[in-house]
Amino acid sequence: MDYLKAFLVGGAICAVVQIFMDHTKLMPGRIMVILVCLGAVLGAVGVYEPFAKWAGAGASVPLSGFGNLLFKGMKKSIAEEGFIGLFKGGFTASAVGISAALIFSYMASWIFNPKLKD
Amino acid sequence: MPDDKKKVTASDVVIENDKNKKEQKYNRYVKDMTPKHSWFANLCKAFLVGGIICTIGQGLTNLYKSWGAGEELSASYTSLTLVFIAVLLTGFNIYPKLAKFGGAGSVVPITGFANSVAAPAVEYKKEGQVFGIGCKIFTIAGPVILYGIFSSWILGAIYYVLMEIGVV
Amino acid sequence: MEEQKEKISKMIGKQSILFLNPPYILAGSSIAGKKEGEGPLGSFFDQIEEDPMFGGTSWEDAESRLMKRAAEFVIKKAGLKSEDIRYLIGGDLLGQLIATSFGIADLNIPVFGIFGACSTMGESMALGAIIVDGGYADRVISLTSSHFAGTEKQFRFPLAYGNQRPLSASWTVTGSGAVIIGKDKPASKAEKNDGDNYGDNYDNNGSIRIKGITVGKIVDYGLKDSLNMGACMAPAAYNTISRNLKDLNVLPNYYDKIITGDLGYVGKDILIDLLKQDGFDISGNHMDCGIEIFDKESQDTHSGGSGCACSAITLTGYIFKKLLRHEWTRVLFVPTGALLSQVSYNEGNSVPGIAHAVILEIC
Repeated sequence: MDYLKAFLVGGAICAVVQIFMDHTKLMPGRIMVILVCLGAVLGAVGVYEPFAKWAGAGASVPLSGFGNLLFKGMKKSIAEEGFIGLFKGGFTASAVGISAALIFSYMASWIFNPKLKD
Repeated sequence: MPDDKKKVTASDVVIENDKNKKEQKYNRYVKDMTPKHSWFANLCKAFLVGGIICTIGQGLTNLYKSWGAGEELSASYTSLTLVFIAVLLTGFNIYPKLAKFGGAGSVVPITGFANSVAAPAVEYKKEGQVFGIGCKIFTIAGPVILYGIFSSWILGAIYYVLMEIGVV
Repeated sequence: MEEQKEKISKMIGKQSILFLNPPYILAGSSIAGKKEGEGPLGSFFDQIEEDPMFGGTSWEDAESRLMKRAAEFVIKKAGLKSEDIRYLIGGDLLGQLIATSFGIADLNIPVFGIFGACSTMGESMALGAIIVDGGYADRVISLTSSHFAGTEKQFRFPLAYGNQRPLSASWTVTGSGAVIIGKDKPASKAEKNDGDNYGDNYDNNGSIRIKGITVGKIVDYGLKDSLNMGACMAPAAYNTISRNLKDLNVLPNYYDKIITGDLGYVGKDILIDLLKQDGFDISGNHMDCGIEIFDKESQDTHSGGSGCACSAITLTGYIFKKLLRHEWTRVLFVPTGALLSQVSYNEGNSVPGIAHAVILEIC
C-alpha cells in the first residue's frame, strides 16, 4: 500500500510539474528552486509534514520534500538554540543530501569523462 | 481586444508597422507554427518515471526501517542511496536518457538534484580543479542551495519572531 | 572616370554586390562528425571522424583540430601550400573565437576573425569574394566550424545533465567546412599532376564562381526563445532573400535552389510564409541545410541541424557537388545566424537573426 501511495503521489507531483514546464518554458534549474522554496513554505504553514507522513517517499523524495526538510531542521534548531539556530538549521537538515551530491559528484569527476550525447 | 483569439497570419506580421505590436504578433504567429510534444504523453511519462523513482525511494526506506533504523535515519539513508545511484547513472550517461524520456519525472526527485551536481563536475574537469569543477559544480545546483537556505531562513525568522511574541 | 564607373556597377540595389570578375571556388573541404556521417548527406563529406574528441583533450580542442584539418585538407585539395593563401577569414561559435584562433595558428596565414553566429560561412565567403575581386588578394580561405558538445556546454547545459529538448530545438552539427576563393580559374588536375582528385573534379566540369552577394541586416522580431532558433532567424532570411531578389530584380526561379543554413522545419515554413507576403514563392525551390543534414525520424534531431558547420559542410560537401554535376547551375546560399550569448539571454534580450546571401554559379 505504501508503495502504491509513493508511486501515485510522487508521480502526480512530477506530472503537475511537467505540465508547468511545458506551458511556461521554465528551465529545470528554476523548477528545482521553485519546488524547494514551495516545500519550505508548505512545511512552515504546517501542511507538508502531515502530507509526507501519509504519502511516505512519494512526498519526501521530490525536491519539495527537501524544502520541507529544510524548514523542519530550522524549527528544530530554533527550538534548541534560539536565535543562532536560524543560521544552522537549514544546512544541518540538508547536510546529507548536499554533502552526498557534492562528494559523490566530485569522485565521479575522477572516474568519468565528458561524453557526447547520442 | 476583439481579435485576440484570431489566428495571426504572416501577412499580419509583415504589414504591422508598430515595432511592439509586430513583435507580439510574430510571437503569437510562431506559437501557432511551432509543433509541440504531446502534453498528455509527456505528463504520463513524467508520472511514470517520477512515480517509479519515488517507489524505489519507498522500497529503500522500508528496507532501512526493517534493518532497525528510525523514521528520520532511514529517510536520510534513502536520500544518500538515491543520490549515489543518480551520480553513477550520470557518469554512465544513462541519466540524460532517462531525463529525455521522463522530463519532470527525473528533475523533481532528489536524483535530479544529484544529476545537476554530477553533470557539471564531470563536464568541467578539463577546466581545472578549482575554477573548473570547484566553481561550475554549483552552476545548476547552486541556486537550489542558495534559495533553499534563504527561504528556510526567512521562514525560520518569522517562526522565531512568532515564537518570541508567544503566538506559536 | 573609368574607375568611378566600375565602382558603381559593382553595387546593385541597396545591399547587394555583383562582382565584375566573379571569384572562383578553387576547392572546398568538409569534415564531419559521426552523427553527421550517419545522416542522409554522409556519403558526400570528405572525411568522417568517429572520435568526438578528434584526438584532442577537450571539446574546444576538438573543434580547433577539426578546423585545422578542414583548412589543411582544402589547401591540399587545391594543390596549394599554405604560403599560397594570402588571407584566412574564419570564425566559430565558441567565446572569442577560440576554436579558430587555436585551430589555424600553425598555418601561418594572416587572419580575419569574424563572428556571424551560424551565418559565418556566408559572411566569410562574402568578405573573401570582396577581397579577391577587389584585387587585395589572389587566394583566400573562408572557413568555419562548430561542435555539438562545445556548443551545448557553452550555451546550454553540461552534456550529462538531463533535460528535454522541445520539438523546435535543433541539433548543432559537428564539423568544419573550408573554401578557397581565388582570382584565377583553378588549374586543371592534369597540370597539377598529383594523380589524386579526391573524388570531385573542380576543373573538368566547369568552375563554381561567386557571382554576387547580399549582405544581411540584423533582424529582430522580438522572439526570446533560444530553443526555437529557426523562428528567430526566419525573419532575417526573409529580409535578405527578399532584398536579394529585389536588388537583382529577379524572381525566385532565377535560382535553381535557394538554400538557407539552419532554419529547420519550423523556420522553413515561416520563411516561405513570410516571403509570400512580398510576392515571392520559394516553396518549389527552397532547401534548408539543417533539414537535409539529418534524418529527423531516425536521428532524433527534432527541428534539424544547426551551427556554423551545418551550412558549411552542406555547402562544401553537397551543394558544390550538385553544381559540379550541373544538376544545379545557379543557387543562392543563405546561411542564417541567431545572435545571442548566455549573458544576453539571461538578461532577457530577444534573439535577433542575421543572414548573408552568396550567389553561386557554375560556368
